Amino acid sequence: MKTLWKMIWTELKLQLREPVGVFFTLAFPLMLLFIFGSIYGNEPSDYLGGHGSIDISVPGYIGMIIGTIGMLSLPIALSTYREQGILRRLQATPLPSSIILWSQVAVNVIMTLLGASMLVIAGFVVYDLSVPQASLGLLLAVILSGFSFLAVGFVLAGVLPTARSAQAVGMALFYPMLFLSGAAMPRQVMPEGVQKFSELLPLTHVVKLLEGLWLDGVWNQTSLAVVVGLLMVCLVISRRTFRWE
Amino acid sequence: MNPVIAVHNLRKTYGPVTAVDTISFTVQPGEIFAIVGPNGAGKTTAVESIIGLRKPDSGDIRVLGLDPQTQSRELKQRIGIQLQQAALPSRIKVWEALALFATFYDHTLAWEPLLETWGLAEKRNAQFAKLSGGQKQRLFIALALLNDPEVVFLDELTTGLDPQARHTTWDAVRAIREQGKTVILVTHFMEEAEQLADRMAIIDGGRVVALDTPQALVQGLQAGSRVRFTSYNGFDVGLLRPLPGVTQVEQNGRQITVHGSGPLLSHVVSALNSQNLAPADLSVEQANLEDVFLALTGRQIRD
Repeated sequence: MKTLWKMIWTELKLQLREPVGVFFTLAFPLMLLFIFGSIYGNEPSDYLGGHGSIDISVPGYIGMIIGTIGMLSLPIALSTYREQGILRRLQATPLPSSIILWSQVAVNVIMTLLGASMLVIAGFVVYDLSVPQASLGLLLAVILSGFSFLAVGFVLAGVLPTARSAQAVGMALFYPMLFLSGAAMPRQVMPEGVQKFSELLPLTHVVKLLEGLWLDGVWNQTSLAVVVGLLMVCLVISRRTFRWE
Repeated sequence: MNPVIAVHNLRKTYGPVTAVDTISFTVQPGEIFAIVGPNGAGKTTAVESIIGLRKPDSGDIRVLGLDPQTQSRELKQRIGIQLQQAALPSRIKVWEALALFATFYDHTLAWEPLLETWGLAEKRNAQFAKLSGGQKQRLFIALALLNDPEVVFLDELTTGLDPQARHTTWDAVRAIREQGKTVILVTHFMEEAEQLADRMAIIDGGRVVALDTPQALVQGLQAGSRVRFTSYNGFDVGLLRPLPGVTQVEQNGRQITVHGSGPLLSHVVSALNSQNLAPADLSVEQANLEDVFLALTGRQIRD
């Protein structure tokens, strides 16, 4: 247990020293909040189904953090660790392999929660963000969605040969999802066809799950099923494909 | 004494490629045992099988009486490893790496003195990526010694180091042996094995082609030594042939090479003196392990 905490703590310090990662998981979502908050404020709007722009955006930005970490941070970090022989060096110690993997999961969940908390606090303080209808459910949904996309990250790290290819494929998956899922901008303003298409993207269901709990206090059953299904499928695949070298 | 390492008929293939083809040897407590061979000879595969990082196709391996496959974690508590292709996260600080690795072991040395011993005290707050090649290697050695291991595995320890850093590292390896530890040294530098090893296995094409002390291998070659000098025109090489120990005299223009064994140089010098000859460029070359490798495999060890 002491070893696991030490691994998590060390890895957390390492992540916070990585400027690119810190920017995209912690700073960028806050930047969007302030930019769009200063433009649209948080007044209820008919375009957004009677919700304020910030109330709609914050669950989306949390989805963005979950997507960034699962599709970019984790797979790039894991394949870099594999490529450079860091995983090999760890395997030459008595450290159980499970601790290496769990510490990665834990650190990335912590980073997700850290990014989300900063957004929520800034939203409350600056833009009168509404209080989530189901706070505990929301927290659970963030963690569950986090696990789900981390499992995606493990699959990417296992299937792709190098850190470079993990980055390329991660970006190719992430950016379309970022703009079409409602993570970066509200789905409500998109044409109907695009909205239909976005139903096919897993990140859309993360955003819908968080939105439902935040605005209406209900679990969107379809989205919950998609997120849980994604987690299961990716766990099965990553167990078969994960490589240490 | 029970051997520290006993390897019997180790074999490991990767698909159609046979990396290690039936290797056997034992290592005694307290010795520096070198595994030497050209790149791709199977050295690293053999060592990684011995420490349990790879599963051999067949063969029996015991390290400190333990089976590296089934008793892997117990074994790793008692051995120290510096791997050839390994790294630490680029942004981890020197002290953080030691403090982190210390939590992996049941029993560890205090790591602050290790920093001093390995000349890393000034670099304790430096990030791994900012260290020089020699500093990285010293950190890897410090990490390998952190659990006060009984056996230390060092794979291509000095590759990429400049000559001065290499000599410092050699002193370090001798210091490890003086602490009573057994050292397995994997290298493609014959000179490194010659300098450090008590015994060595020369590996080529996945097989052990020679196994002995470096001195015995060189003597066993019976190459003896060579004396070279430049003579004047019309010098009679027949004068040198009957000297004791001389096996062959080569003449290439004015360049004379005398092959033989025993105190060859003094015999040649006195023969030349008797003719009032004092060549300015008289030199003697001893056969070395590179000659041994050449004799065994028909190839130079260098890439």
